Amino acid sequence: MDNATLARATMGTSLGFHIVFAVLGVGLPLLMSVAEGLALLRHDEAWMQLARRWSRAFGILFAVGAVSGTVLSFELGLLWPRFMAFSGAIFGLPFTAEGFAFFIEAIFLGLYLYGWNRLSPVKHWLTSIPIALSGAASSLFVVMANAWMNSPAGFRLGPDGLLLRVDPLAAALNPSTATEDPHMLVSAYVVTGFLVAAVYAAGLLRGRDDIFHRRGLAAGMAMAAVAIVLAGITGDSSARFIYGAQPAKFAAMEGLYQTQRGAPITLGGIPVDSQHRILYGIQIPKALSFLAAFDLNAEVQGLDSFPPDRRPNPVLVHLSFDGMVGLGTFIGLLAAAFWLGVFRRRSIPKRRLLLWGLVLAGPASVGAMEAGWFVTEFGRQPWIVYGIMRTSQAATSAPALGLTFAIFIAIYAALAITTGRLLLLLAARTRAGGRVVSNE
Amino acid sequence: MFLMSSAEIVAGILWLALTAYAVLAGADFGGGVWDLFASGQRAAEQRAAVAEAMGPVWEANHVWLIFMITGLFTAFPITFGVLGLALFLPFTIAMVGIVFRGASFAFRAHGRDAVGPRSPWGMVFGVASVVTPFFLGTAVAAVASGAIRAPHGQLTSGFLDGWTTPLAVVLGFFALAIAAYLAATYLMVENERRPALLADFRRRAIAAALASGVLALTALAISAVESPRLLQSLTGRGLPLFVLALLNGPLALWAVWRSRPRIARAAVIAQVVFVLWAWAAGQWPYLVPPDLTISGTAAPDSTLSAMFVVISIGGLILIPSLWLLFRVFKARNPPADVESSAP
Repeated sequence: MDNATLARATMGTSLGFHIVFAVLGVGLPLLMSVAEGLALLRHDEAWMQLARRWSRAFGILFAVGAVSGTVLSFELGLLWPRFMAFSGAIFGLPFTAEGFAFFIEAIFLGLYLYGWNRLSPVKHWLTSIPIALSGAASSLFVVMANAWMNSPAGFRLGPDGLLLRVDPLAAALNPSTATEDPHMLVSAYVVTGFLVAAVYAAGLLRGRDDIFHRRGLAAGMAMAAVAIVLAGITGDSSARFIYGAQPAKFAAMEGLYQTQRGAPITLGGIPVDSQHRILYGIQIPKALSFLAAFDLNAEVQGLDSFPPDRRPNPVLVHLSFDGMVGLGTFIGLLAAAFWLGVFRRRSIPKRRLLLWGLVLAGPASVGAMEAGWFVTEFGRQPWIVYGIMRTSQAATSAPALGLTFAIFIAIYAALAITTGRLLLLLAARTRAGGRVVSNE
Repeated sequence: MFLMSSAEIVAGILWLALTAYAVLAGADFGGGVWDLFASGQRAAEQRAAVAEAMGPVWEANHVWLIFMITGLFTAFPITFGVLGLALFLPFTIAMVGIVFRGASFAFRAHGRDAVGPRSPWGMVFGVASVVTPFFLGTAVAAVASGAIRAPHGQLTSGFLDGWTTPLAVVLGFFALAIAAYLAATYLMVENERRPALLADFRRRAIAAALASGVLALTALAISAVESPRLLQSLTGRGLPLFVLALLNGPLALWAVWRSRPRIARAAVIAQVVFVLWAWAAGQWPYLVPPDLTISGTAAPDSTLSAMFVVISIGGLILIPSLWLLFRVFKARNPPADVESSAP
């Protein structure tokens, strides 16, 4: 494999690993803050126990997120030195801001995790608020930088390719930011909500029907349900934006080859470049034109209108897109079923089929998020900066990239296994020691 | 009086961040060193003291590195690109060390029953704490010795140049020793009321002081032969700070010897500051001598002024927050009840 491929594989693996922890760093503090706030407001020990249990797990998850995020900041320079030498001055500002947000999150997390006995209860609860806010801010800042790679703005190049003028604020608030940022932020709450709910649904399936499991499930599903609706809305506006701004990506997402009016949507199917069409998909006539432009006869550009060296890989992008939408719909329907059950029976539904569905919804939400990032990243190819710099030009010429790729795969596997094992052990120990409170 | 350009001010801010990282996170790596070398009948207590001191603050201390990286690629993108290429190997190793150090510490701190100091992760914590500062030190040597060549911003030196020399090895060990020295004096302060532990860390501080002193003098001797440029810059523009470092070293050792933890801690911090700023002043106005200057590789002024705004606003939030963190956990009060981390 050449360096560009290895650099992409290493960066992609690092991002795919980090993002799971990063979204929990956005979502869990909000859940902890609400639970502890409810505990103080209602003098409710069970909510307090939940906040403490979550904070324990969060101590591990945040640390893994922090170090894997550090890897990414290094890798920007180590894997993409040419990209950074060109782009740093333009899109670095949101990263600088993100540095401060990360600072605030780490500082107040230290106060939160180690301050249970050193701060008064109200002060302790107050320290959770900056964690939740700066976690969300981090995600917004980082995604601004990614949005800039999709719709580079805020600079002018001279004829020799040198930077003439830079407007870093315009770069941060580039056209993609308005759709990408909200979509990622709400997705973070989607994943957190469904993962938390999955943990407690699994406990209920094993007969652990106590106040912690019922409340933990309800809290996770509350976050998940609100967020999945918003994810649908923001995702829809994001897709419509891509239709106008990145037509090649849009054509790849939909597996559309011929430019046409009244374009159909193809659900599933495999785009086949040699035949210029998508095979085995289910087509809904005119639906794509309608969704993209609210006009049944709107023209949608197909892949054939781009030269082959300016097209993303439609198989990856289309299947990722359908995977994201499919998984998102699946978990959205589960959330609807859950809350319908709650309102109908005035208690947490305990049908085993639904609980099994919710256990699956945890990993499914992660899958939807990862698939969404596949769409963003594979869909931008062959560009690292859309229309400006090719990914193949940006990679490092350093030696031993294959080795570092293998090493990082091993590291992430070790971290994932250990984190999972530790969280299970923490849960087991909490159950062993938590009976007294739960029998109240 | 002279006026500094905005690029020089940003370079100064980044150097301040590097100083903060060295003084704060350096001590966290040093804590890992003392975890690895915990010995005697109080080994478990030594490890507990390290964990207690690091627990609430290490993640915040670590962020100085992120701030430096993002600040460097925003303000000096060409330098960042060159360093990413030239120091690919030592940075990759240090990065692996950072990952293992942080993750293993958290595994131990929050999964205490499951992952004790004697588990493989306990060992990983110590080893990663040794490896990381060593390779960061070799990277510093590559920059300071002028071995990284990048005329017109294009790297021409090799992937092994500058950080595999005898000087780099000595400076790598120097970084390790000074990190251990910092940690030992911090631990003396935090264990003032535990006489046995205080004595343990005093002995360790003396060992680290002697080691770092010998390594520093060795590095100077080697650089006279291997990199006259470095010696010239230290004895040129960097001379006042260099002299202060030479005078301060024995003072720090005296304070440790006489068991004056607070003076010792201040003196060792000052030592790190003097060394880093003697290096900075010595190679001014170069970021990476002899080819990359501050003004020559800086981002456009519009980027730098936007950075000022972000850094000013961020600083207004950051400084009180940091003050709160250190006041709650590091103020003069009895040692933390270790169980406070275990709700």
